[in-house]
Amino acid sequence: MAELQTIRLHVNGHVHTCSVPPRLHLVDMLRDELGLKGSHLGCEHGVCGACTVEVDGRAVRGCLTLAVQADGKQVRTVEGLADFPDARALQESFIKHNALQCGFCTPGMLLAARELIQHKPDATREEVREWMSGNYCRCTGYHAIVDAVCEVLAQRHQESAA
Amino acid sequence: MSITIDKAPAKLHDLTQDPRYIGHSPERPSARRLVQGQGCYVDDIELPRMTHVVFWRSPVAHCRITGINAEFAKRMPGVVLVADGPMLAKICKPWVATLGHLAGMKSAPQYPLAIERACWQGEPVVAIVAETRAQAEDAMAYLQVSWELLPAAVDMETALHPDTPVIHPELGDNLCFTRSLDSGGVDEAFARADHVVSTTFEFGRHTGVTLEPRCQIADWRSAEQRLTVYHSQQAPHMMQDLYARQFSIAESAVRVICKDVGGSFGIKVHAYPDDFATVALSMMLGRPVKFVADRLESFTSDIHARHHLVKARIAVRNDGEILAFEMDDLTGIGPFSMFPRTSAIEGNQVVNLVGGPYKHQHYRAKLDVVFQNKTPTCQYRGVGHPVACAITEGLVDMAARAINMDPMEIRLRNVIPDDAYPCSGISGVKFEGLSHQACLAKLEELMDYKALRAEQAALREKGIYRGIGIAALIELTNPSAAFYGVGGARIASQDGATARFDPNGGITVLVSVGEQGQGTEAIYTQIAADAVGVDMAQVRVVTGDTEVTPYGGGTWASRGAGIGGEAVLLAGEALRANILKVAAVILKRDAQDLDIHRGDVIDIASRDVLTPLTEIGRVAYFRSDTLPNDFTPELQVTRHYAQRDFPFIFTNGVQASYVEVDPDTGFVKLLKHWAVEDCGRVINPQLVNEQIRGAIVQGIGGAMLEECLYDSQGLMLNANMADYLVPMCAEMPDIEVAHIETPTKSSKLGAKGAGEAGTAGAPAAVMNAINDALHPLNAQVTSQPFTPEKILTALGRV
Repeated sequence: MAELQTIRLHVNGHVHTCSVPPRLHLVDMLRDELGLKGSHLGCEHGVCGACTVEVDGRAVRGCLTLAVQADGKQVRTVEGLADFPDARALQESFIKHNALQCGFCTPGMLLAARELIQHKPDATREEVREWMSGNYCRCTGYHAIVDAVCEVLAQRHQESAA
Repeated sequence: MSITIDKAPAKLHDLTQDPRYIGHSPERPSARRLVQGQGCYVDDIELPRMTHVVFWRSPVAHCRITGINAEFAKRMPGVVLVADGPMLAKICKPWVATLGHLAGMKSAPQYPLAIERACWQGEPVVAIVAETRAQAEDAMAYLQVSWELLPAAVDMETALHPDTPVIHPELGDNLCFTRSLDSGGVDEAFARADHVVSTTFEFGRHTGVTLEPRCQIADWRSAEQRLTVYHSQQAPHMMQDLYARQFSIAESAVRVICKDVGGSFGIKVHAYPDDFATVALSMMLGRPVKFVADRLESFTSDIHARHHLVKARIAVRNDGEILAFEMDDLTGIGPFSMFPRTSAIEGNQVVNLVGGPYKHQHYRAKLDVVFQNKTPTCQYRGVGHPVACAITEGLVDMAARAINMDPMEIRLRNVIPDDAYPCSGISGVKFEGLSHQACLAKLEELMDYKALRAEQAALREKGIYRGIGIAALIELTNPSAAFYGVGGARIASQDGATARFDPNGGITVLVSVGEQGQGTEAIYTQIAADAVGVDMAQVRVVTGDTEVTPYGGGTWASRGAGIGGEAVLLAGEALRANILKVAAVILKRDAQDLDIHRGDVIDIASRDVLTPLTEIGRVAYFRSDTLPNDFTPELQVTRHYAQRDFPFIFTNGVQASYVEVDPDTGFVKLLKHWAVEDCGRVINPQLVNEQIRGAIVQGIGGAMLEECLYDSQGLMLNANMADYLVPMCAEMPDIEVAHIETPTKSSKLGAKGAGEAGTAGAPAAVMNAINDALHPLNAQVTSQPFTPEKILTALGRV
């Protein structure tokens, strides 16, 4: 077993210092060391997107990122999303459109959607579908998720126009 | 009968005096928790002294286990136990999964871990338990299992050939179940037809891919001799019964708890070998054991489904009258029938359902269900319906083409008319009341069929190949005991609800049907609130705990709304009556003169508020001294419901798909999908629409993308999430949903199931759309999934 590495990172605005094995994945550290169970493991090989978290403002696969790679970084998980108006708007829109059923993909979906509205504020419905294709949902068929994201994009346009 | 689209209010008769929630789409109570990451799935639960199990699974399709050397593995850090099949068989009995009403069905005994030989790639053989999951996985590398390859029966097509190895010699052959059905007069019907169209359909073996893998924690408490299992499961009472029986412990010593379930779709309604192994390991260790399948083992250990090879034909007259269907279905189910629902049900359903929407009088079917050395198959969302619907609707489109009739027209001429019910289908299935004609009419309007045909024709002039596909369907829901109970399986067909009036005026409802994301708890909240006469915010629904809820069947065969919902309605009404009895005593009035309205007891005539429910609660619970000696408030009631009028309550619907095929690449773009669905009374339009949409996309997955690919040795080639394709957001169409409501009279609620019809119809609709697009190019595809390669092959371009 390799020596433990001490890392220091911000998670949802709180500083954590952890000693972790170099092979430990970020999502395992968040779930098992910090008790943040909102990020889920769906495939553990970087395909399904259920483990998506934000590192220094970009959505990453928590199962393909090592915890040591997050040393010194700002990490944001679903548990910390409600601190931000854009993420809160997404959460409300997901509820309104029933854009979640079992909820297992939802944390990753919200993180991916938040990155979309920040980086592509003018995305069309087709572009929303394209962007959200990195995250699998087996329940909804995606239609409601696309509706929910598009509504937040439209709201933000209205707000910026006003 | 009424028509509603999206959020239009229900126009059926009101069920309650003040219907505020049934028929509407209020916010789902659990959604807020899930968007905040505050769900509680099995892998989120940590118990004191909990251990973790990983399984060494057979790497090949069929092998003899010649030796297990665990010496080195046991010495690895954190390892607490290494166990094999014979060790677990000492405490867990084997099982044989057959049903008495499937005549002649056979299967072989199966154990939690394979003994002596493994019969499919992925069968669990050795368990390693360690303090952490990582330690267990590390130790696996040091486990030495020696094995000899045995000849395998891989292909279902050759499973019954004399030179194919018989997987279980004691059974005599590889035939699990066979069935024939003949209505009579079939040969004569084909002889007098103007056209007979024959073809072969193939359906790819695929699997459910719940985003949360199968998982459980078994916690055996040796002091109490009690077992608690936290399980991601659809049928907790079924599992309680199975654990009690297989481990020879009292049913009351077993508690199964299902918290949040991350998708189920039928994958999590079966009893898997590793379920029993995990329990056995906890008993051996006296410690909690957690099993969470990783995605790679999910692909070879979750049930697969739907590999059918079907020769089929249809007889039609030039005037469009369908005279007869005939089909011969072969399906391979793996080496064992799955416990306890069996793996013969899917094929049996195909036989029952082919031709379902139509009024033809002649039908012949043959079914062979065979064993093979591949992952066991069993019931997955839709269970036979997607296969039967694609056979039926594929043939109907081919017949329409043969007589040059519009696909909408041939369906309108042949569906059982809406005024013909109740009646039986020619396969023997009984229909209470369906609405094929109304659904087809609604679909024509919804998709603007004529305009779409004009657009298609115009684009074809420009060399753009678009196709329109229609699929009418029937779906069995609200099953009676005819499904499993009569066959000897201890799977409840009834469900129960307990409604309790709490001192603060709130209502707690305990229901035996649980939630896997469909919104089950939401509709129970709506029903209870309307039935009692309180705000939804005052209702708390509790499910998923065998020690807490009434006994019941759980989630399968689209029964949660129709059966569980009826139990909630009956319990809510009974509780309301009991609350009014208490109010009458307190207010010294006649109960008949009182009503409950939005949290208050009112005078039924004047509508004056007499007292809030909180006051009834205060007096009933804390001031019983003020009540007469001969009166005791009964503020908790339980009601059960089983559907007994029909074997199943059938629903119906029709779907349409609009696609564009690129003849140069074979790629299909799904442009739009429509569904008109009749699930009886719609309790929550938004939730029904989302069930339909999600199910349609799962159906499209099987039709376009998903397939468990095997090599000739029985090894799965794409057993990972990257190579096994599931639908992604960008590839899926927008889906418009509309409803016709024909309530069932078998219950007061009138609701039928809605969870599977989307999956039933989507593959047929997409197939027909692709073939409509390919028709001018004289090509046709009938083998799912419809990959670009298959389309290019049909076009003669590869």
